[in-house]
Amino acid sequence: MPTRGVDFGPEDFFRMARETRERLRGSRRTLLTIGVAIVVLVALVSSYYQVEPDEVALVTRFGRYIRTTNPGPHIKIPFGIERVQKVPVQRQLKQEFGFRTARADIQSSFHKDQQTKDESLMLTGDLNVATVEWIVQYKISDPYKYLFRLRDVEDTFRLMAEASMRTVVGDHSVTELLTVGREAIAAKAKELLSNMCKLYDNGISVQQLVLQDVDPPESVKPSFNEVNQAIQERERAINEAWAEYNQEIPRARGLAEQKIEAAEGYAVDRVNRGKGDAQRFDALEEQYRKAPEVTRSRIYLETMSAVLPNAGKKLILDEKTKGILPMFPFGSDKEVKQ
Amino acid sequence: MKARTLWIILALAVLVIATLSSALYTVSETEQVVITQFGEPMGQAITQAGLHVKIPFAQEANVFDKRWLEWNGNPNQIPTRDKKYIWVETYARWRIADPLRFFQRLHDERGAQSRLDDIIDGETRNVIANNNLIEVVRVSNRAFERAEEIEDVMEAEAMRQVEQGRDKITRLILERASHVMPDYGIELVDIQLQRINYIESVQAKVFDRMISERKRIADRHRSEGQGKSAEVRGKKERELKVIESEAYRKTQEIMGKADAEAAGIYAEAYNRNRELYRFLRTMETYKTTIDKDSWLVLSTSADLFRYLESPGTGGPAPKAR
Repeated sequence: MPTRGVDFGPEDFFRMARETRERLRGSRRTLLTIGVAIVVLVALVSSYYQVEPDEVALVTRFGRYIRTTNPGPHIKIPFGIERVQKVPVQRQLKQEFGFRTARADIQSSFHKDQQTKDESLMLTGDLNVATVEWIVQYKISDPYKYLFRLRDVEDTFRLMAEASMRTVVGDHSVTELLTVGREAIAAKAKELLSNMCKLYDNGISVQQLVLQDVDPPESVKPSFNEVNQAIQERERAINEAWAEYNQEIPRARGLAEQKIEAAEGYAVDRVNRGKGDAQRFDALEEQYRKAPEVTRSRIYLETMSAVLPNAGKKLILDEKTKGILPMFPFGSDKEVKQ
Repeated sequence: MKARTLWIILALAVLVIATLSSALYTVSETEQVVITQFGEPMGQAITQAGLHVKIPFAQEANVFDKRWLEWNGNPNQIPTRDKKYIWVETYARWRIADPLRFFQRLHDERGAQSRLDDIIDGETRNVIANNNLIEVVRVSNRAFERAEEIEDVMEAEAMRQVEQGRDKITRLILERASHVMPDYGIELVDIQLQRINYIESVQAKVFDRMISERKRIADRHRSEGQGKSAEVRGKKERELKVIESEAYRKTQEIMGKADAEAAGIYAEAYNRNRELYRFLRTMETYKTTIDKDSWLVLSTSADLFRYLESPGTGGPAPKAR
């Protein structure tokens, strides 16, 4: 078949057409029917579209946005006059920073490489370095803006998230980042990112921003652990001291109480004995006044009979043998008195 | 003859189709179009999406993007004013604000990208080189929590007051880079410092510093622990002394009062008959003082032995001598 060159004139074209027509003359009508059927079928197929439950579809006619359709089956003008772009507005979307989930399962596996490492490495406000991993969950709140405002909306969103996280981390110390400041940092970064989304008008609304692993750089980790250890040592030392305190002070209080009680006991004892003695003396004195001589002699003699047997040696000298031993002032009331 | 007619019909059909497809063009929601006639721009850009008509063959539709477009910078090594070498990675978003001018000056996006490289990189470098590192990292002068833990170990650079801060610096870069943009038909909508990191040799030093910082913090925690526990022990000692001495004081007071009361009772009773008391006490004393080791030398003249030598007369008892 001559397909190129100047030899191919209109005659050839019509000859080919005639030949084809003659060949197909018998089935001409059938052919036409088939042709029309194909066109109709294509039209039907290309005018039908279906929107899944978590999506909406934006329809453009000759490039111009016409309408948004909700989930379900729909018809559009075929042959590329109306085109459909589907946007998953209901789906919770997620971006990961500093790591990638390689396989999400009961036990997910994560993947890290140079790129994710670069994402996570950042400067803190005290000019230290930390690696921060985080995720952002978001939804497409305005599909029109999402599709038509920015050319690379998802990539831009990642850059925005990185910039806002670094801005916030840059205003916190590494200690805050690793300990007390985590939640505040996540909240602030989320706020900043939401504001940026508003500024960029990209149709995205940030649902959640969650910090994952936040670590000091690998080579610095041991000394951070040492700080934690030192904090625990400090707490332990203080707790031990308090434990001693709590052991000894109540014991001392108890002992003090005991001593005071004993003293009270002594006091009662002393006073009672005093009263007893006084009463006994009073009673005796009363009788004594009635018969002083007899009572006196009786007491004296009773005492002597109790005392003398106890003495080891007893020497009884005659009155006349003066000068051997001095006399004891014994037995004379007057001498005792003086 | 018949073939010729057909030929003409065919030619006409081709002509009509070609004319229509050259006269009609679509503009999508993301596009804007500049019409040129034999290369000469015709009127303002068409930004309305939909189906449009132009003069076929003579006019050409030049399509530009209407959306915010990307510009992602490469990491640049820049020294800050305090001579810290850092990698700075910026990104910008821009749009073709005046497609006609854009078309005339830069022709296409590739031309724009290389121009943006020059301008944004240059301005970023200028602004950062004019500021200390802390200005680029921090946003504000907010005080760190648990600052007391780190304030005396922190580097002097990190203690400096922030005058501008990251936000102002990015805004400054944006402002300065935006100056020339209208001339290119471009609007710079945002510039952000995406990443800032130390260059490798500085980073190693920073890691060393971080290690020594943490060591000092750890040391302080330890000595604080020792100090606090000593304090608690001291408190304990003091309280023990207080408790013991209080108890002593109270016991002495109680006992003293009791002694005094008892003494009063005794005195009151004994005062009634001092002589009898003395006698009784003396008798008591004999009982307790005389034991096995005592020698008693007694005289027969003693009252006790009055009857030792003679039984006496039974008269009144003689007065003791």
